[in-house]
Amino acid sequence: MEGSEVVVFWVCGTLAVIGAIGLIISRKAVHSALWVALTMINLAVLYIANSAPFLGMVQIIVYTGAVMMLFLFVLMVVGVDSSDSLVETLKGQRWAAIVLAFGFGILLVSGVANGLVEANSIGLDAANEADGGNVQGIARLLFTDYLLAFEATSALLITAALGAMVLAHRERWKRAATQRELSEARTRTGAGVVPLPNPGVYARHNAVDTPALLPDGSPTLLSVPEPVRGRGDARPMDHSGLAEVDDLFSGAPALPPTGRSLADDPRAES
Amino acid sequence: MSSSTFGNDPWWIVLIKVVAIFAILVLLTLFTIWWERRVVARMQNRIGPNRVGPFGLLQSLMDGIKLALKEEIIPRTAHMAVYWIAPVISASMAFVAFAVIPLGPNVSMFGVETALQLTDFPVSVLYVIAIASIGIYGIVLAGWASGSTYPLLGGLRSSAQMISYEIAMSLSFVAVFLYAGSMSTSAIVAAQEPIWYCVILLPSFLIYATAMVGETNRAPFDLPEAEGELVGGFHTEYSSLKFALFFLAEYINMVTVSALATTLFLGGWRAPWPISIWEGANSGWWPILWFLVKVQLFIFAFIWLRGTLPRLRYDQFMKFGWKFLIPASIAWIVIVAVARVVRNEFAFNTQQLLFLAAGVLALILIIGWILSVRASRKAEDARIDEEERLGQPFDPFAGGFPVPPLPGQEFTYTSRRAAARTPDTEVTDA
Repeated sequence: MEGSEVVVFWVCGTLAVIGAIGLIISRKAVHSALWVALTMINLAVLYIANSAPFLGMVQIIVYTGAVMMLFLFVLMVVGVDSSDSLVETLKGQRWAAIVLAFGFGILLVSGVANGLVEANSIGLDAANEADGGNVQGIARLLFTDYLLAFEATSALLITAALGAMVLAHRERWKRAATQRELSEARTRTGAGVVPLPNPGVYARHNAVDTPALLPDGSPTLLSVPEPVRGRGDARPMDHSGLAEVDDLFSGAPALPPTGRSLADDPRAES
Repeated sequence: MSSSTFGNDPWWIVLIKVVAIFAILVLLTLFTIWWERRVVARMQNRIGPNRVGPFGLLQSLMDGIKLALKEEIIPRTAHMAVYWIAPVISASMAFVAFAVIPLGPNVSMFGVETALQLTDFPVSVLYVIAIASIGIYGIVLAGWASGSTYPLLGGLRSSAQMISYEIAMSLSFVAVFLYAGSMSTSAIVAAQEPIWYCVILLPSFLIYATAMVGETNRAPFDLPEAEGELVGGFHTEYSSLKFALFFLAEYINMVTVSALATTLFLGGWRAPWPISIWEGANSGWWPILWFLVKVQLFIFAFIWLRGTLPRLRYDQFMKFGWKFLIPASIAWIVIVAVARVVRNEFAFNTQQLLFLAAGVLALILIIGWILSVRASRKAEDARIDEEERLGQPFDPFAGGFPVPPLPGQEFTYTSRRAAARTPDTEVTDA
């Protein structure tokens, strides 16, 4: 390895391992997903450093950009604060995992050892130059030697995608009403032709639980969102505020309704 | 690296290029904000910012300083680490993507012959897509980490949008790759020597031009920032410098997609036709000017769209992306690939090719006509079925099984349930 490649290896390799450890020890599922993303990006950099730029880019686009993003989507929709439960739901899962991890370790070690001892290495540049470039080399292998495996994998993936669509599909009994039909129905019944009024945005309150005032000063509960109304949390109208405004316009000195000392009131000085 | 020009620059040339790209992007952002405000103002019969500096040019600089010095408000429910890192991801990825955009041909810089491009490698267009897909993380994480409802919805919405339109965008590149025979940006610019790809690959260009508006969350596809529905979308809970980073990232992304469109379809830094007659137009430092003018044309189109079109509804937008843009680009790729194979494998001359194309077009039209006739007949059948059903009363045990009402039928209680619901039985039950 050249000098720069050694640096890249140790920096990205360390980060990738940190990401893998972070995945396991994170309590929050979203944090785990982020650690995996870190590992994937560092692996991609290692691929690029090893003269496989196409693989590196595809690794980022497909795994980081699409697969991990879908995971994140699901995790976020499932719950912002969902943490891992450590209860074993599948019986014997831990033992099976240990056995499989051990087997995978043996495969990995034997694969690397085979590469180090047996294989006749001709160098990355020579391997890439054989077909006139990295992209061309991968294209030739995918569409000649590994065509069957490639097509079988793609058939599997398409089947999985179709299965997901079938499972998530919901049969509609009626056609969904279009925007135009909804609007026509609203106009015909005369209910809710215009948008609902916003909650109170007058001087004292701009909270959603404060009803807006109609021109005659009476509150309209329509302006308070349904859930707030349902809980009975709509704020009652503060009539003293209206009285205060009336007083101000009639020139009378207004007293603060809260019983605050007049000394704090800037109006008291004038 | 196969491109011999790149990777051999001395370190100080690389440093100069990095700083220059950073400066160009920041300046272009400041300029684009001012330009957008002025153009939109003119389109709406206003004047726009005209006080700070000549023609108000320094307005966005002042706004930027003010934004950075504002008080920062962080929600108590925010997930701090992720909340901090999200704007950094967004902004840094926006800058990094520009590294492979060629701004000009080889020039002599302090006695060193070098290309006006930071770097290039055999898959550099894929690099732009990869960086863009990492940039989406910034938006998703910002929405999640804010610990608030609107940002979460906005974040999910904008990432769904960007992923969907990224597919159409990437598919529109395929035809360019097929014609250029390369995925490196400098090779693609070089391959457009006789004619630009926006002419011979017009459908690809149109698909890309549409997808890039969706990709950058700009009007009429600015649903993530639909202020009537989502307040500010993913950046609702961000303020001060962190918000400024998102703002910066959005404008740099606009410049980057425009630059990519210029590189892939408008001949990159090559001079447009009347100027290209002049010998020196495509050498030296002049090409930077052509490049920037082309990028500004795209940015003007962005602004024009914003000043003209109303925002789409979310389902219309997704339907457009998945059911029109993606199938259309796949169909176009198939056509381009077949045309390439036909041209490579059989020695047709232009006239034969035209006849062949006309034949294929006629076949497609005939098949389309047959399909549309069949579809309309089917729809008519369905309508008649529904009308018949409307006339029939609802049979809750049709075929011997309890069934729900069919479309157009009213649900009525069966005699058993109707009996169970009479007041008499309720009293006895109690």
